[in-house]
Amino acid sequence: MSLRNLRAIASIYRFELHRFRRTLLTGLLVPVITTSLYFVVFGGAIGSRMTEVDGIPYAAFIVPGLIMMAMFTESIFNASFGIYMPKFTGTIYELLSAPVSAAETIVAYVGAAATKSLIVGAIIFLTAHLFVDVPVAHPVAMVGFMVLIAVSFCLFGFILGIWAQSFEQLQVIPLLLIMPMTFLGGAFYSVHMLAEPWRTITLFNPIVYLISGFRWTFFGRGDVGIEFSLIFVAGMLAVCIAIIGWMFRTGYRLKK
Amino acid sequence: MASIIEIKGLTKRYASGFEALKGVDLTIEEGEIFALLGPNGAGKTTMISIICGIARATVGSVTVAGHDIVRDYRGARTAIGLVPQELSTDQFEQVIDTVTFSRGLFGKPRNDAYVEKILRDLSLWDKRNAKILELSGGMKRRVMIAKALSHEPRVLFLDEPTAGVDVELRRDMWKLIGELRQTGVTIILTTHYIEEAEEMADRVGVINKGELMLVEEKTTLMKKLGKKALTVVLADPIDAVPAELAEWAVTLGADGHEIDYIFDTQAERTGVSSLLRKLGDLGIAYKDLNTRQSSLEDIFVSLVHQEKAV
Repeated sequence: MSLRNLRAIASIYRFELHRFRRTLLTGLLVPVITTSLYFVVFGGAIGSRMTEVDGIPYAAFIVPGLIMMAMFTESIFNASFGIYMPKFTGTIYELLSAPVSAAETIVAYVGAAATKSLIVGAIIFLTAHLFVDVPVAHPVAMVGFMVLIAVSFCLFGFILGIWAQSFEQLQVIPLLLIMPMTFLGGAFYSVHMLAEPWRTITLFNPIVYLISGFRWTFFGRGDVGIEFSLIFVAGMLAVCIAIIGWMFRTGYRLKK
Repeated sequence: MASIIEIKGLTKRYASGFEALKGVDLTIEEGEIFALLGPNGAGKTTMISIICGIARATVGSVTVAGHDIVRDYRGARTAIGLVPQELSTDQFEQVIDTVTFSRGLFGKPRNDAYVEKILRDLSLWDKRNAKILELSGGMKRRVMIAKALSHEPRVLFLDEPTAGVDVELRRDMWKLIGELRQTGVTIILTTHYIEEAEEMADRVGVINKGELMLVEEKTTLMKKLGKKALTVVLADPIDAVPAELAEWAVTLGADGHEIDYIFDTQAERTGVSSLLRKLGDLGIAYKDLNTRQSSLEDIFVSLVHQEKAV
């Protein structure tokens, strides 16, 4: 990759982060307030009646789920909005007419969106420490898992941004699919707490594997084995990259 | 002059079956101003979009500065600056930031001095820290030109550059385009305003229904297809055109005070002297004679109408 290509990537990356800086206050304050509210409701009100889950204090148990939930939403929102807005305003012409490859475009947009998502994840992690002591059994794996999740969901968001033809379509998948799947995917409870057949049914929810994997990096154990979580994340990455590759190759909803 | 753009058999067919371009062949010379004229839906924007990478061709090939737009898209696009028809800008960005971004997007190293020069040339320097949404339509158009020029392109596409711009700004834009040409940039502009092409272009192409009907030097075109109108200002008004003037097909104007006669400047006999003799024979006195060269607009309308008639 030449210096020219790197400059183009850096330009898009800086531009996207600049957009984030414009809304810095809400971008940072909203996750802090939301996390605090979750701790008040789930950690305080409900957690006081449910002291431990799988031997982990309930308030600490929900931290990985809260981080994942926020990162799923942020990643999808940031990446989809990043590519949808140029389509909506018409400034996409500049990107399409620039000497930039599909791979460079994806690295720049997804990289910027993932950076924002990771910042939000880190803020929630730090905010959680104000309420509860959260041990991290595998810190390197935790960071690595956060990066993988941010990139995977940003790629997914990027696909949504290209596919969407209205603001409603942009929001329909995150709100009607990802959010319920996250709530039902063990963000606030262990799958082991469910009775059959719900426990088995829940295992068909892919979010279970992501939250479980992330929880493993904190506590050294999860609802499913870490290898299943990694396989799922790798699979999601591969599928998203394949779909985006096809979108750029065919010009799907990008080029006439 | 060497060619900078080579278009061969360019066809664009949509899934609906509609053909926006039908095998267009065109060569653009380096350093010229080429005006592409055509009515709405003629295929002007489609052609530009394909060359710039925004749309895909169904059939045909295009090279820009020797680079194929598909196989060597980086080389081709590096040479191109595009100012699209729509005012598409990042409304919340500052002028200087959006221009700097465009330069980086095209892989050029940061060059604040060059960006300053462009902004000064386009009278945008005083507005460099203004958000784009605070600017007038004309200023936004200038910002788009600044963005297109930020990476020092060899070819600049201006798609309807003065659409929706007032007369004064339009004149300013023409001046600016003239100045750009002085720097060696090849300019291809599409326009509805025939006077725009007449004012600036070296060569003119007329496109209609996806077909390039003609490409000609502007002056040659106007000479070749141009007709002149003779206006005979009468000393005394007449009620009707005398039957003896039928062979000249003159028309009566200005409430009977003028006779208009259209003649072909390339014809062996223009009919002017015989008409004046006939007026003398009929005792119709005149006090003045005016001639007017037909405009590019007359030529364009005539070409498009011929096409419709066929």
